[in-house]
Amino acid sequence: MLACDEARTASWRDARARFEKATPEEQVELLAEQARLTRLDVLETISGANLGHIGGDYSVTDLLTTLYFGVLNVDPAQPRWDERDFFVLSKGHCAAALYTTLSHAGFFPREELPTFAQPLSDLNGHPNRNKVPGVETNTGPLGHGLPVAVGCAYGARLRGTGARAFAIMGDGEMQEGSNWEAIMSAAQLGLDNLTLVVDRNRLQQGARTEETNALDPLDEKLAAFGCEVRVIDGHDFTQILAALAPSTTGKPVAIVANTVKGKGVSFMEDRVEWHHKVPSAEQVEQARQELAGA
Amino acid sequence: MSTTIDTVQAPDRTATYDNRQAFADTLVELARTDERIVAVCNDSVSSSNLKAFAAEFPDRLVNVGIAEQNMVGVGAGLANAGLVPFVCSASPFLTGRSLEQVKADVAYSQHPVVLCGMSPGMSYGELGPTHHSIEDLSWLRALPGLDIVFPADRQQTAETVRLAVELRRPLFLRVGRYKVPDVTPAGATLERGKVQVVRDGSDVALVATGTLVSVALDAADLLAAEGVSARVVNAAWLAPFDEATILAAAAETRAVVTAEEANPSGGLGAAVTGLLAQSGPSVRRPVRVLGVPTFAPTGSNAFLLEHFGLTAAGLAQAARDALAEG
Repeated sequence: MLACDEARTASWRDARARFEKATPEEQVELLAEQARLTRLDVLETISGANLGHIGGDYSVTDLLTTLYFGVLNVDPAQPRWDERDFFVLSKGHCAAALYTTLSHAGFFPREELPTFAQPLSDLNGHPNRNKVPGVETNTGPLGHGLPVAVGCAYGARLRGTGARAFAIMGDGEMQEGSNWEAIMSAAQLGLDNLTLVVDRNRLQQGARTEETNALDPLDEKLAAFGCEVRVIDGHDFTQILAALAPSTTGKPVAIVANTVKGKGVSFMEDRVEWHHKVPSAEQVEQARQELAGA
Repeated sequence: MSTTIDTVQAPDRTATYDNRQAFADTLVELARTDERIVAVCNDSVSSSNLKAFAAEFPDRLVNVGIAEQNMVGVGAGLANAGLVPFVCSASPFLTGRSLEQVKADVAYSQHPVVLCGMSPGMSYGELGPTHHSIEDLSWLRALPGLDIVFPADRQQTAETVRLAVELRRPLFLRVGRYKVPDVTPAGATLERGKVQVVRDGSDVALVATGTLVSVALDAADLLAAEGVSARVVNAAWLAPFDEATILAAAAETRAVVTAEEANPSGGLGAAVTGLLAQSGPSVRRPVRVLGVPTFAPTGSNAFLLEHFGLTAAGLAQAARDALAEG
């Protein structure tokens, strides 16, 4: 199990304190800068490992950044603190984005990122809660995260901690029936402390979602299953922050976050091959320049 | 416990008891003083014997409906939130339908979920192989980090429930459907990773699990009448496996028979034969492996046990065959 980077956690606490006092415009700037740093580290992590899922990492980066730098009630120094909010990245193949975000909050040292996917590293290609602090459950096979988040949300209610539970699924992942089982349970249990987010980048591994097993109208489906649905631009921090606010209806919140796979690097955006392609040296350099200028 | 039980009293086997009732009563009793205990089920409040739990703790029973993948995931989430979940379902569906959840969310994640496989083996005789759970022991023994327990009687069932709460680790508890007699000797208590010798003997070792332990004791009686001394081992705790007691049983007898109401290809039979095969000449013994190696034909549970030789006569004959070979 990796250990907390206390210095970085202290910086993260300062950043969270600044965020709380900032104006909405300043909050967006803080999150955008943090997301830019995360995309840069993801680029280095994946090119160094020569594997990863950079397209999905970049579609989910702004969501992850907003959660960890603006919303989640967690403590990187006490990752299993029993009153924490719960976050589950169900699309576990986007581990590089999660690892980078966690390391930037000090859950473990950022210096570990270059070990991603190396022999015996704690940073497996998919996240492991027994090796990486901040990971709530092991994901990788799709359709697993949301049921676990439902259990976390109900557990928090039973224990009266006031904690919330969040899960992010890929949109292709919504083809897994277990997600819809979980949504039915969440609605039946009235889990207003649960927020599920669909990273709607419209691409799955092999093709567009709508050419594979169409999801639209996803918002209507989620509403029909009993959710309070919020459809947003998943790269607009103002909209993300608003959507991550608690339920107003007593129902679980479902966010359809319209995103762009490969967001932030021009030649990756909305291209199916960047699901798990690894950039060449020239492409890494170009991506660095684009992200530096962002 | 020691391999000799001369000093303990073997219980009377004329009366039979429902292990499911022992499970349900113990769970309710513990839940009264331990608020962490919750139950999760799949529309199986009745068949999982959770009616009393539901009546007393309505908020602590999560019935997810007919949705086993979600059921196991919810259990993992509840465990992650600090609760002690007992996830209850008919064993074929708990282990088959949600096998990947058992693997990833429970065993690999090491969430301390107690998976309760109700009515396993061929309990639902006439309903056929879709509703039988002969594969569960093989599937689950392949998962690292998951304890597997198949109690033989009401005392072991209650002890497993209590121990599961104390251990706080991933555990599969297989709860038999039909009534069985008491087999646990007076004074014996269940220990994690230990199997119990419930009758001493020096000619043949009968290693049985769960509902077949009392059958093995009956077989030992048949053999005793012929002058054959059978040791009976109650292999309730199937993973981690008590290799020392099994090896001693083989070393101190001349033949070994295993019996389980499951497919032995990955179950108790595989555990014992694999162990003996790797453990040198002192335990090289003729072995007979009894179980349910094929999808069963139509018939009641009692008929099917007979069909597969999982009776006192069947075990005794297997013992004679093995001894004759040696």
